[in-house]
Amino acid sequence: MSGETPDRDTTPGRDTTPEAAAEGVVENPLDEALGSVDPEAEPGLAEELEQEVAREQAPDVPDTGDRWRDAFRRATSGSWVVALGAIVLAIVAGSVLIIVTNEAVLAAAPYFFSRPGDTFAAIGEAVGGAYSALFQGAVYNFGADSFAQGIRPLTQTLTNATPLIAAGLGVALAFRAGLFNIGGQGQMLVAAIAAGWIGFGVTGVPWPWHMLLCLVAGVAAGALWAGIAGLLKARTGAHEVIVTIMLNYIAFYLLSYFLATPGLMQAPGSANPKTPPMQDGAVLPPLLGEQYNLHWGFVLSLVAVAYVWWLLNRSSTGFAFRAVGENPKAARVAGIDVSRTTVLVMLVAGGLVGLAGTQQVLGTVTTGFSADIDAGIGFDAITVALLGGSSPIGVLGAGILFGGFKAGGSAMQAAEGVPIEIVLVVQSLIVLFIAAPPLVRAIFRLPQPDRRPRAPRRRAAATPATTEEGQA
Amino acid sequence: MTATTVDAPTPDTAPRTASTATWKAVIGLGVVLALYALLLALVPHEGAARFRLATDSDFVVLPTLVVPAMTTAWVCGLVGLAVLVLAAVRTRAGHRVPVWAIAVFAAALLVGFLAWAAAGSPRDLPVVGLLSGALALSVPLIYGALGGVIGERSGVVNIAIEGQLLAGAFTAAIVGSLTDSPWAGLFAAVVASALVALVLGMFTITYKVNQVIVGVVLNVLVIGLTSFFYSEVLVPNAPTLNSTTRFPQLPIPFLEQIPIIGPVLFDQTIVGYLMIVMVFVVWFALFRTKWGLRVRAVGEHPKAADTVGIDVIRTRYRAVLIGGAIAGLGGAFYTVVSINQFGREMTAGAGFIALAAVIFGKWDPLRAALAGLLFGFATNLQNVLSVVGSPVPSQFMLMLPYVVTLLAVAGLVGRSRAPAASGTPYTKE
Repeated sequence: MSGETPDRDTTPGRDTTPEAAAEGVVENPLDEALGSVDPEAEPGLAEELEQEVAREQAPDVPDTGDRWRDAFRRATSGSWVVALGAIVLAIVAGSVLIIVTNEAVLAAAPYFFSRPGDTFAAIGEAVGGAYSALFQGAVYNFGADSFAQGIRPLTQTLTNATPLIAAGLGVALAFRAGLFNIGGQGQMLVAAIAAGWIGFGVTGVPWPWHMLLCLVAGVAAGALWAGIAGLLKARTGAHEVIVTIMLNYIAFYLLSYFLATPGLMQAPGSANPKTPPMQDGAVLPPLLGEQYNLHWGFVLSLVAVAYVWWLLNRSSTGFAFRAVGENPKAARVAGIDVSRTTVLVMLVAGGLVGLAGTQQVLGTVTTGFSADIDAGIGFDAITVALLGGSSPIGVLGAGILFGGFKAGGSAMQAAEGVPIEIVLVVQSLIVLFIAAPPLVRAIFRLPQPDRRPRAPRRRAAATPATTEEGQA
Repeated sequence: MTATTVDAPTPDTAPRTASTATWKAVIGLGVVLALYALLLALVPHEGAARFRLATDSDFVVLPTLVVPAMTTAWVCGLVGLAVLVLAAVRTRAGHRVPVWAIAVFAAALLVGFLAWAAAGSPRDLPVVGLLSGALALSVPLIYGALGGVIGERSGVVNIAIEGQLLAGAFTAAIVGSLTDSPWAGLFAAVVASALVALVLGMFTITYKVNQVIVGVVLNVLVIGLTSFFYSEVLVPNAPTLNSTTRFPQLPIPFLEQIPIIGPVLFDQTIVGYLMIVMVFVVWFALFRTKWGLRVRAVGEHPKAADTVGIDVIRTRYRAVLIGGAIAGLGGAFYTVVSINQFGREMTAGAGFIALAAVIFGKWDPLRAALAGLLFGFATNLQNVLSVVGSPVPSQFMLMLPYVVTLLAVAGLVGRSRAPAASGTPYTKE
């Protein structure tokens, strides 16, 4: 199809591009690139980019003639329906876990057939109590004396979300470039080593400078640690999943060694594997006053969201990232240095995850940290990135949601005795369901967008080479 | 993985000659030897090293070997040097470095290192304990690695080995405690792990979700589920639900009395013997049967396999389920062989080491099992050395398997190449 130039102009969404480009308002960098590609010279690339453009279009639903059915199809073909369905399914599954382990329910269940009301009441109480505790622990505590006290859970949610967002961005960015950054744990730990060591070891530097020094060191350390994976991938083809997993363990034992060795990172006069507290000059100051845990790291995460959004959607570097992620061969034809891009992606991604590690050390746990400073965030970040659809705004939302789960989960454990691990179950189920939209659609009996009624018009683009899900 | 196979500058562009591959081996050996010599020179350990070779039930009770540490270490280093020279000569002549030479090299340096580490310690270094402990620690790793090999050979990357081991350990603990029978626990572990594999298969094969994502998420899911039920159900009912009967040791008469080898190899539980059998069974099944040929075909080139009439989807499902079942045996090891109860996240990353063994073993059951043994040995070496009073920080010993795997994946210690279609879902056209 690359030879038939006129055909290209009929591709939906293409026709406005020259005007838009002339005005300097480029809606989509892919369009821009497509405009600059000579289809005669580089037929493969032009085709790839066209397919990419076609893929980026809103899911086009063919008209069937029935207006209401079409409207319903349009409404349910968006990915948010799947996301909502996945969250509902996961919460239902969480409820089942609560029900089958609740003592009151188990006590009432044996005489279910004589007095079913008891069982249902117990179920309602168990599930309602648990989710109410979750909500009050994550958003607003209605039992508090004042608004300032009541809003406290929300600030805790945002505090938890701070590193999740930063690390989630790192994982999401790598996803967009077709790389799996499973090494969040290692990158966070290495960042914690660098930022923490400078944070407690360097003395006499006044506040903003000491903090900035720590931030730079932490981000750089995370970037370098991930850069190893990028470099190995680019130079030897070593799979980044394996490399990052191995680097996780290496970082963990490295930190363990530093923490257990007097004279290195272990607090003087202590036998515990724990560092001394951070110097005052290195700490991220509280954002809403001393009464809340929320610190300026949250603002840094927001800045990171904006940065990644700009990087992916407005910069040529980000375009190269995405091009490599979509199709490395086509990217190479377009003159993108794939090896260099791979290393660069991992550096930036590692820097973002490193920011998360730095936030932990300088903001959340400033009284000295031990080897569990990553708190599972490196792995949670993967679920955050997946739930967020690997887009910066999505990661922001997913990070806050999971931060809320974490805060609420602790409250739920304290108030209702439901173990906090249920949060892990709910989180992983959400991601699992989101990753398989056909399953969610089948469960809720929603129409499958792929299985559309036979429409006479085929898609303009040739059959897309891959029909796999999204970027990941 | 969709489109993640970034084509790195593969060696295919240059003519692949034997010499480029083998000089790497020589350089690798040289670097290791240099590090070893540096260690001896910079941190000398004077005194005698005591190796206890005997156990009480041997035919012949071997005396405790007492050797001067530094002399032994240097002699071992010289043996290593000899192998290095030999390797260099062979490489120059255009031959590959034989595997036995590398084995001798590793063994010599290991003995030297042990002598150096144990020098001056008042306690004996228990050689039998070191080896049998290593074998015991590697049992779940090897089962997990075998399961991973089968899955990956069929084209399904299994990051969820950790979850499979944990699910197996958990169910083996419950069923084993309820029935008081370790066999029932073993069976339950196989079923539970296969169930995890079924979910993996359903999402990766049927729904074509990215295999790495599903694997990672399944691990989190299993950790969440088992920890949840552990604190909600197992802890309050520990006597009935979480105290298993373990498999008894089954020493083989006569053989178990051979010095050193006997207590290490011939005094195990049924799960341990089964592991040794299983390694060869998996190897035979993969490389000498029709089923194995089909599995490998599906993993290398599913389209070609489909063209000649192999049902790709079914073959993959079957392979993933069988792999899961085998990994379940490893999971059962934790709760019906090693200790008699389940603990939160008790597998502690063994699944990821098993994954490393799969890759380090180049997707071959025999090599993966050897890699598992090596990793088990490294872990147990750390345990033993901490008893003897080792000068090496334990964290570095524990780090060793991961560093070695990292080097292996990077192609510094032989090249690892995955089955071609590993990681890609198959869509019939």
